[in-house]
Amino acid sequence: MPEPRTLTGWGRTSPTAARVADAPATGDAAAAVEAFVAAAGERGVLARGLGRSYGDAAQNSGGDVLDMTTLDRIVDIDLQRHEAVVEAGVDLDRIMRAVVPLGLWPMVTPGTRYVTVGGAIGSDVHGKNHHRDGTFGAHVRSIEMVTPALGRLVLTPESHPDEFWATTGGMGLTGIVHRATIELMPIETSAIRVDGWRTDDLDQTMSLMAERDHEYRYSVAWIDCLARGASLGRSIVEFGEHARRDELPPGKRSASRALRFNPRDHMPAPPWVPSGLLNRFTVAAFNELWYRKARRRREGHLVAAPAYFHPLDMVDGWNRIYGARGFLQYQFVLPDGEEAVLRRIIEELVEQRAASFLAVLKRFGPSNPGPLSFPSPGWTLALDLPVSFGSLADLLDRTDEQVVEAGGRIYLAKDSRLRPDLLEAMYPQLGRWREVRDRMDPQHVMSSDLMRRLPALSGPLAGAGASTPRRRGTP
Amino acid sequence: MRDALGAVQSVLVLGGTSEIGLAIAERLAGRRAATVVLAGRDPESLRASAEELRAAGAGRVEVIDFDAQDPARHRDTLTEAARVAGGDLDVVVVAFGLLGDQTVDESGGDGAVRVATTNYVGAVSAGLAAADHLRRQGHGAIVALSSVAGERVRRANFIYGSSKAGMDGFFQGLGDSLVGSGVSVLIVRPGFVRTRMTEGMSAAPFATTAAAVAEATVRGLRAGREVVWVPGLLRVVFAVFRHLPRPVWRRIPS
Ligand SMILES: Cc1cc2nc3c(=O)[nH]c(=O)nc-3n(C[C@H](O)[C@H](O)[C@H](O)COP(=O)(O)OP(=O)(O)OC[C@H]3O[C@@H](n4cnc5c(N)ncnc54)[C@H](O)[C@@H]3O)c2cc1C
Ligand SMILES: NC(=O)c1ccc[n+]([C@@H]2O[C@H](COP(=O)([O-])OP(=O)(O)OC[C@H]3O[C@@H](n4cnc5c(N)ncnc54)[C@H](OP(=O)(O)O)[C@@H]3O)[C@@H](O)[C@H]2O)c1
Repeated sequence: MPEPRTLTGWGRTSPTAARVADAPATGDAAAAVEAFVAAAGERGVLARGLGRSYGDAAQNSGGDVLDMTTLDRIVDIDLQRHEAVVEAGVDLDRIMRAVVPLGLWPMVTPGTRYVTVGGAIGSDVHGKNHHRDGTFGAHVRSIEMVTPALGRLVLTPESHPDEFWATTGGMGLTGIVHRATIELMPIETSAIRVDGWRTDDLDQTMSLMAERDHEYRYSVAWIDCLARGASLGRSIVEFGEHARRDELPPGKRSASRALRFNPRDHMPAPPWVPSGLLNRFTVAAFNELWYRKARRRREGHLVAAPAYFHPLDMVDGWNRIYGARGFLQYQFVLPDGEEAVLRRIIEELVEQRAASFLAVLKRFGPSNPGPLSFPSPGWTLALDLPVSFGSLADLLDRTDEQVVEAGGRIYLAKDSRLRPDLLEAMYPQLGRWREVRDRMDPQHVMSSDLMRRLPALSGPLAGAGASTPRRRGTP
Repeated sequence: MRDALGAVQSVLVLGGTSEIGLAIAERLAGRRAATVVLAGRDPESLRASAEELRAAGAGRVEVIDFDAQDPARHRDTLTEAARVAGGDLDVVVVAFGLLGDQTVDESGGDGAVRVATTNYVGAVSAGLAAADHLRRQGHGAIVALSSVAGERVRRANFIYGSSKAGMDGFFQGLGDSLVGSGVSVLIVRPGFVRTRMTEGMSAAPFATTAAAVAEATVRGLRAGREVVWVPGLLRVVFAVFRHLPRPVWRRIPS
C-alpha cells in the first residue's frame, strides 16, 4: 500500500494527504479499477486526472486516490464515424497530436489541453464553443466505468440516461471511468481564423457578444481588470472559426502543412513574473489589439490552434507564480436578464482590486440533462483571485449570495470555498443527482474533499432552506 | 474540511472552558456556523461556555469529558470528539493549562507536579492523540497555546515556564514530524493575556486580550504559519531576552 502524499488542486490552496496508486498501464484496466474500488477503506476512493481542477475536487484526504494518467492509450480512431475510443487517463494534448493530422479535432476543449478525458467528463467541461456545441459530455458517445454498487457499466445517453448524466459533471462521485468514446469534428486546418475587437466598456462588450455570437463557433471576451470607472469591462472580444484550407496563404495549403500540430510548450514560468504580465504575454489577442491601440478590430487573422485555445499552456507551472498560499478562480454563470448583477459583481471584484489582470467572459448556450453540469444559458465570468487579498472570504461569500439570488451558480471544478449552504439552491437538481448516485454508490465509497467540504453532495443539509437566499423568479 | 480561505467546519477545544480557547473557537466557527466540540472537566462550566459560543454564532456546540491529567483516555477523547462532531476535526486547539502559584508550589505540596503534568505531560499525550487522529484524516491543524514564559524561563515562574518550554518544544517537533501528512501545527506564544488565569495579577508590559490572541491565531492558520507571537512585537523582544546573560536576566523585574 503506497505511503500517503499530499495533493492539491491547480490553485494549490488546500494540501491534504492520500494514498495515491497508479492505475495499471497494462492488462485488464477494468478489472484493476474494480479491485481498487473493492479495496476501499473507511475514507473511500477517488479517481484523479491531471489535477487541473482548481480546488479540492480531485483530492481524497486520508483515503485512496487512483492516478488515472497511466491509463493513457488511444484505443481506436474511427475516421468514418468521427470518434475516438480512449482510456480515461489520456489527455487532450495527446488526442490532438494524434487526430489533428487526420483532420479531426475534439468537439470541446477547455482553456488547457492538459486535462484527461476522465477529468473532462467528471467536470463536464466547456469551451469557447459552448453557445453552439454544448459541453464535453454532450459529445461523449459512451462511458465505460466501475461503480461501487452496480459494478462495471457501459453507459450511453440512450441506454442509461440517469447514470450517464449523473457521471457527466458528477465530479468523480459516481465511480471511476476507465474508457470513453468521444466525438470529434472534422477540420481542414489546424489554424483558427479570428475576428478580434477591442471594446471600451462592459456594455459594448456584452452587446457585441450577444449580437454576434451566433455567427461564430468560438467566442470569448478577455476583460481588462485594470480598467475601472467608465472603462470598466473594456475587453478584447475574440470570435473564431476553424480556418478552411483555402483561407491559408497559398504556400501553406498542402495537407501536411495545413494540419500540422506540434505545440512546443514548457517555457518554465520565471518565479518573478507578476501574474498580470503573464496573462499579457500569453494572450495573443492582447498583443495584437491592446498595444497597437490604433486598431479597434482585426478580422480574418490566422492563429495556431494552441495559441488560440490554450495560451496559458505555453508557460509551464504558471500556477506557482501566485506564491505558496496559492490562488483561486471564481467562476459563475448568471441567466440572461441579470446583466445588472453581473456588472455589480465585476465592479466589486475589480474596484476592490481583488481580481488579477484578466477575467474571461463568455455566453453559454442551453444546458444539458446533467443535474450537476455547470453551464446554463446566460453569462459566465471567470477570474483568478490571489488568496492574499485580505477580505476575499467575505467578499466572495456575498458574491455567492448575489449569484444565487439571480438564479445563477458557481462551477465546482473551479471552486475551493463556496458557502456550503448555497449549493442546493444553485443546483436545483442536486436531489435528483443524489438519488441516482445513491443507486450507483449507496455507501458513498466514492469520496472527495470537495464532497466533505460541501456536505450537500452527500445528503440534504439539516435545516436547509431556512437561511438560504431565494432565487428570484421562483415562488 | 478547511476551505481555501480558511473557513472551517469543525473545531475541538481541549480545555473547553479556556477563555483564549473559546475566543479562538468563536473566531473560527463564527463565519460559517461551524460545529464546536468543547472538551473539559467541569460539565457545568462547559455548558455555560457552549451557550456563549452559540450566542456568538457558532453552529452546533457539543461538550465532552476530558481531563488533561488522565492521558490513558486521550485517544478515546479524540474519537469521541469526531463522533459528536459528525465528521472530520478541522482544527484541534490545545488550550488547557495551569498557571499554579509559584511561591506556594516551590515550597512543597503537589502543586508543582500538577502544573507539570497538566501543561507538559497532558500536552504531549493529547498532542500525540490529536496528531494521530488528524494524520489518519489526511488533513487538519493543531493549535498549541504555548507562552512567552517558555521562551526564556524566569525566576518568578519557572515551574509554569519550564512546563511551557517543554510543551513548546514538543509541538515544534510534532509539527516537523507531520510535514507531508496534510496536518499542520501552529504554536501560539502569547504574552500576558487578561483572562481568568491572570485575574488579580498586575498586567505585564504588552498585555493583550483573548480576542487579540484569537485574531492572530486565525490569521496564522490562514497564512500557514508555524508560530505566532501575540502581540507580534514580543518576537523581537524575546529575540533580545533570549541572549541576555543570566545575571542580567535574573534582575529583570517580572
Ligand atoms: C488553465 C486552465 C484553464 C481551464 N479552462 C477551462 C475551461 O475553459 N472550461 C472548463 O470547463 N474547465 C476549465 N478548466 C478546468 C478543467 O478543465 C477541469 O477542472 C478538468 O476537470 C480538469 O481535468 P483533470 O484531468 O485535470 O481532472 P482532475 O482535476 O484531476 O479531476 C477533476 C474531477 O474529475 C474527476 N475525475 C478525474 N478522472 C476521472 C475518471 N477517470 N473517472 C471519474 N472521475 C474522474 C475527479 O475525481 C475530479 O472530481 C481549466 C483549468 C485550468 C488549469
Ligand atoms: N492568560 C495568559 O496570560 C496566558 C499567556 C500565555 C499562555 N497562556 C496559555 O493559554 C492557555 C489558555 O489560557 P487562558 O488564559 O484561556 O486561561 P483559562 O481560562 O484559565 O483556561 C485554562 C483552561 O485549562 C483548563 N484545564 C486546566 N487543567 C485541566 C485539566 N487537567 N484537564 C482539562 N482542562 C484543564 C481549565 O479548565 P477548568 O475550567 O476545568 O479549570 C481552563 O479551561 C493555557 O494553556 C495558558 O497556559 C495564557
